[in-house]
Amino acid sequence: MGKANVFDLLGPVMVGPSSSHTAGAVRLGAMARKIFNGEFTQVHIVLHGSFAETGKGHGTNLALVAGLLNMKPDDERISRSLELADERGLKLDFAQADLGDVHPNTVKFILKSTDGRQMEITGSSIGGGRIVIKEIDQFSVEIPGDYHTLVLLHRDLPGVVAQVTNLLAAAQVNIAQMRVSREKKGAQALTVVEADQKIDQDALALIRKLPSVVQAMAIEPLE
Amino acid sequence: MLSYEDLVVQAEKKNLKVGEIIILDQMEQLEQTEAQLRRRMSENLQVMRDSVASGLTGERKSLSGLIGGDAAKVEARRLRGESLVGETVSKAIARALSVSEVNASMGKIVAAPTAGSSGVLPAVLLTVEELYQAAEKDVITALFTSAGLGMVIADRANVSGAEGGCQAEIGSATAMAAAMAVELAGGTPRAGAHAAAIALKSMLGLVCDPVAGLVEVPCVKRNATGATLALAAAEMALAGVRSAIPIDEVIDTMEAIGRQMPCSLRETAQGGLAVTPTARRIHADFL
Repeated sequence: MGKANVFDLLGPVMVGPSSSHTAGAVRLGAMARKIFNGEFTQVHIVLHGSFAETGKGHGTNLALVAGLLNMKPDDERISRSLELADERGLKLDFAQADLGDVHPNTVKFILKSTDGRQMEITGSSIGGGRIVIKEIDQFSVEIPGDYHTLVLLHRDLPGVVAQVTNLLAAAQVNIAQMRVSREKKGAQALTVVEADQKIDQDALALIRKLPSVVQAMAIEPLE
Repeated sequence: MLSYEDLVVQAEKKNLKVGEIIILDQMEQLEQTEAQLRRRMSENLQVMRDSVASGLTGERKSLSGLIGGDAAKVEARRLRGESLVGETVSKAIARALSVSEVNASMGKIVAAPTAGSSGVLPAVLLTVEELYQAAEKDVITALFTSAGLGMVIADRANVSGAEGGCQAEIGSATAMAAAMAVELAGGTPRAGAHAAAIALKSMLGLVCDPVAGLVEVPCVKRNATGATLALAAAEMALAGVRSAIPIDEVIDTMEAIGRQMPCSLRETAQGGLAVTPTARRIHADFL
């Protein structure tokens, strides 16, 4: 994080009681919604560590659901999010589990749509309302939600990353950060690109057409 | 490293308030005009005003049920003319309780610098504003002064209970409020620095020991006592009382004490008040 500014010290404007357990939880829900990128009707929510221990008193469950409903951390309807979810026909259930060696404020969402699409998204609230998405469908990522993000699952072959960056350059997308990781040499690799500009549908379609690309997903930043 | 002493010296040289120096700095850092910065701060001020008002009715309850209605009790006593500590301090206490109750009951607040310490600053601000009939523009400038001190604290130390204990949250808020109060009361930037130092010295060593891990007990009432402490520090500094240890060194001391604090006393609810028999009972009943 860079140098704090005045509005980090007198702000954010948020619904209490806790920046990590409430504001951060709203942002985690909102990020899961953006990553799923489509309508969902059912969400299974698994709380870990401090989220499980003290979540109830911090309204963490309400905040997570508020985020799933596209609310922001300063939305005064957060305390009514369960009713609002019910009105919209969103089915929710909560569980507590040990998710392993992760940050104490961690949650796993399993989102499902009516047509059977399912996605698992795990993220942590790391303090002051800041978050990081740690896992999407078993793949380890590191997405703070500050940038337009491209997540690519591809074969671990020479030149794939160059092809992708060329397509992004052609689409006038400037790369802020980029991480490539793989399970083992020559197998599947995962690349996360954080960019200053939106990665539009045309660029995404071209990237998906690359022979080595297995899956590509564009995620909007949080506000 | 940022230094509040530097800010005071700059303000003295240019004959400006510390807040005005901070605005110039932030115009560069955030690439915004002064008018944009002031507008954004004035939006935060409005949220502060609303959160001060909405807790005084006493209708709010926190999720655990432990918190709610205390701001209204203090306010009612003052309105009956029975205040022990006088109008100014009594108002500040009720207002700090109000914002903290709003926070605990999932209402909207401005983190100042955190949600758990959000009651101190608005309580002191609105009380001093009223007493001196300060202009809105000066109130906004005073908020920049307090945020400037917050930036120095965040840079030299931190404002997180998990890192530095309660001294880093309500302690920081108290120091920020003291510097702001001096400025609004017509004191010099130098006097503001002394007020901040006196306030923070009085909060050194305070641990973060929330019952059941919630931002309720002892946080809410500590916001109220923090507000009164800020007023006491400002009163001393305005009278010409000086802190022997300068503010930057007090901030560094707070950081050092935070590092020496065991993990059990840094927001983990594994020590302090959180492990009293009563706290354990509350925890068990609630969860």
